[in-house]
Amino acid sequence: MGKTFQKPEALSDQPTHYCPGCTHGVAHRLVAEVIDELGIRGRTVGIAPVGCAVLAYNYFTFDFQEAAHGRAPAMATGIKRSRPDLVVFTYQGDGDLASIGMGEIVHAANRGEKFTTVFINNAVYGMTGGQMAPTTLPDQRTTTSPFGRNVDEVGMPIRVSELLASLQTPAYISRQTVILPKYIVKAKKAIKKAFTYQLENRCYGFVELVSTCPTNWGLTPVDAVKWAQEHMLPYYPLGDLKSPE
Amino acid sequence: MSKVLMKGNEAIGEAAIRAGALNYFAYPITPQSEVAEYLSRRMPEVGGHFLQGESEVAVSYMIFGAAGCGERVFTTSSSPGISLMSEGISYIIGAECPAVFVNIMRGGPGLGGILPSQADYLQATRGVGHGDCRLLVLAPASVQEAVEMVMTAFPLAEKYRNPVMVLGDGLIGQMMEPVEFPDNLKSAPSNKDDWATNGMDTRGRKTRNLVKSLFLDPVELNEHNLKIKRKYEQMEREEVRFEGYNQDGAYRALIVSFGTMSRVCRTAIDIMKADGLEVAMIRPQTLFPYPLQAVRDAAWKKGCQAVFSIEMNMGQMVEDVRLAVQGRCPVHWYGKCGGEVPTPEEVVETVRAVVQ
Ligand SMILES: Cc1ncc(C[n+]2csc(CCOP(=O)(O)OP(=O)(O)O)c2C)c(N)n1
Ligand code: SF4
Repeated sequence: MGKTFQKPEALSDQPTHYCPGCTHGVAHRLVAEVIDELGIRGRTVGIAPVGCAVLAYNYFTFDFQEAAHGRAPAMATGIKRSRPDLVVFTYQGDGDLASIGMGEIVHAANRGEKFTTVFINNAVYGMTGGQMAPTTLPDQRTTTSPFGRNVDEVGMPIRVSELLASLQTPAYISRQTVILPKYIVKAKKAIKKAFTYQLENRCYGFVELVSTCPTNWGLTPVDAVKWAQEHMLPYYPLGDLKSPE
Repeated sequence: MSKVLMKGNEAIGEAAIRAGALNYFAYPITPQSEVAEYLSRRMPEVGGHFLQGESEVAVSYMIFGAAGCGERVFTTSSSPGISLMSEGISYIIGAECPAVFVNIMRGGPGLGGILPSQADYLQATRGVGHGDCRLLVLAPASVQEAVEMVMTAFPLAEKYRNPVMVLGDGLIGQMMEPVEFPDNLKSAPSNKDDWATNGMDTRGRKTRNLVKSLFLDPVELNEHNLKIKRKYEQMEREEVRFEGYNQDGAYRALIVSFGTMSRVCRTAIDIMKADGLEVAMIRPQTLFPYPLQAVRDAAWKKGCQAVFSIEMNMGQMVEDVRLAVQGRCPVHWYGKCGGEVPTPEEVVETVRAVVQ
């Protein structure tokens, strides 16, 4: 009898350093499954961000580079332009991608770079202890917005997928979530689509994953899922925002 | 091979191509934008890759990405742009990747000016970025030497798995001189399968490679830094380069000068010689590693009464000259910044004010 469930080859045996209930692990697994299914492990290069996923390379079994904070899309550009035969993806948090690295992501997407981005939107800076991110919701309390995000002072949270979808260059832009099993199949489909467009040399691919950070939200994993459903999903609606077709 | 008349900036771009560096990322900045203009035409002709990045910050990471996956890659910029690349340079050093950075210096600080300068000496020789960083720094004094240094920079970067900087002043980029691209300086890229993220299939291996600069374990990070330090010590043993001028006989003063400034000093030395005053010169060709011993030996020679560091800045290399001379004889500085190049007459006057 064949195995019905096993760990993807692209995923290593190392236990992760992520907090209990953190959705980074689910996102990793989806990426690994897609890489296995597409049979591209031998020619894939991942780029780790600076953020909780800085050590992501410990959990994958293919080549990896580690970027500086926010610069992963520029590194991916350097790899993909010099070695178009490699499959390249960046894995970035919302502080990394939407704050310090906003310039790099917009320009990479606008050039139509043929790589893939997996964007983890957990509405805070996880690694540095829960500070406010560009994606932090109005009135959400963080360690640097102790009275709640004051939109009069710091503006509204940035919807990165919508922003990138507004660019004229063809791209695949999708927002999904990994907070509950019912969403996960769709999230994986989107990731696979993004990688497939890269393999076809079609376009840039960007998949935002609405995620949880129970630790810095000060919630149990279960309550964090509830909070994400009640507060994040209304502001960050799910679905494909743009396709190259 | 026959010589062709070329502008420095274009010759630098062509030299990199001849050296087999077919990946170039850059952001325009005076006085070296001609390199990008030249390579935007040339790279497609030779099957290379040219991309104008959105900023020097981004460019430095495009360089990091391409270098990390094992490709020969380089950029050119000028002072403010190099400041923006300093973060990337530090990461590239930490991750031990080979890459070449050309800085055609202009005056600073801040936006400064667009005319030639040597005001980034300390920035370049002290490693540019944060952490325990050093770059091998080559300083050309002519377009031909710029060509040769660019061509040798790639194998040097690969030998040490560390970035190399070619540090020229604006005149090197703007000047037109006859040049040739020596075939013997062409080199095949080294095999990078042991460390580069060029894909497991490319290597035909089942083990993956990691390019990273994070070492959270303090013991591991210390060891990593010691390993990098040993590379710098090896550079100090094996890569020091300099040229002497009017150094064989007795002399009463020594000039230390690099790049375009050293050409002016040569003229000054000829003028003083005709007048009966013998002055020698050491021209460092590597600024890191610095020719400390050569400067020391020349300064300590019997009869040498004073040493002059002549620079197109407000006194930067003079710190290394003082280190070399160790107080055995007085060390003076003369220089100008902002685009004015000290004239031979000013150099003569400076020396004459001290040595009669
Ligand atoms: C240049 C620079 N500035 C600041 C930092 C500190 N820093 C590390 S991670 C981080 C925020 C990461 O947050 P996010 O991208 O949202 O990822 P998460 O940890 O939530 O997964 C910051 C500010 C850094 N490493 N480098
Ligand atoms: S701090 Fe937040 S994002 Fe980071 S591992 Fe913990 S739960 Fe996940």
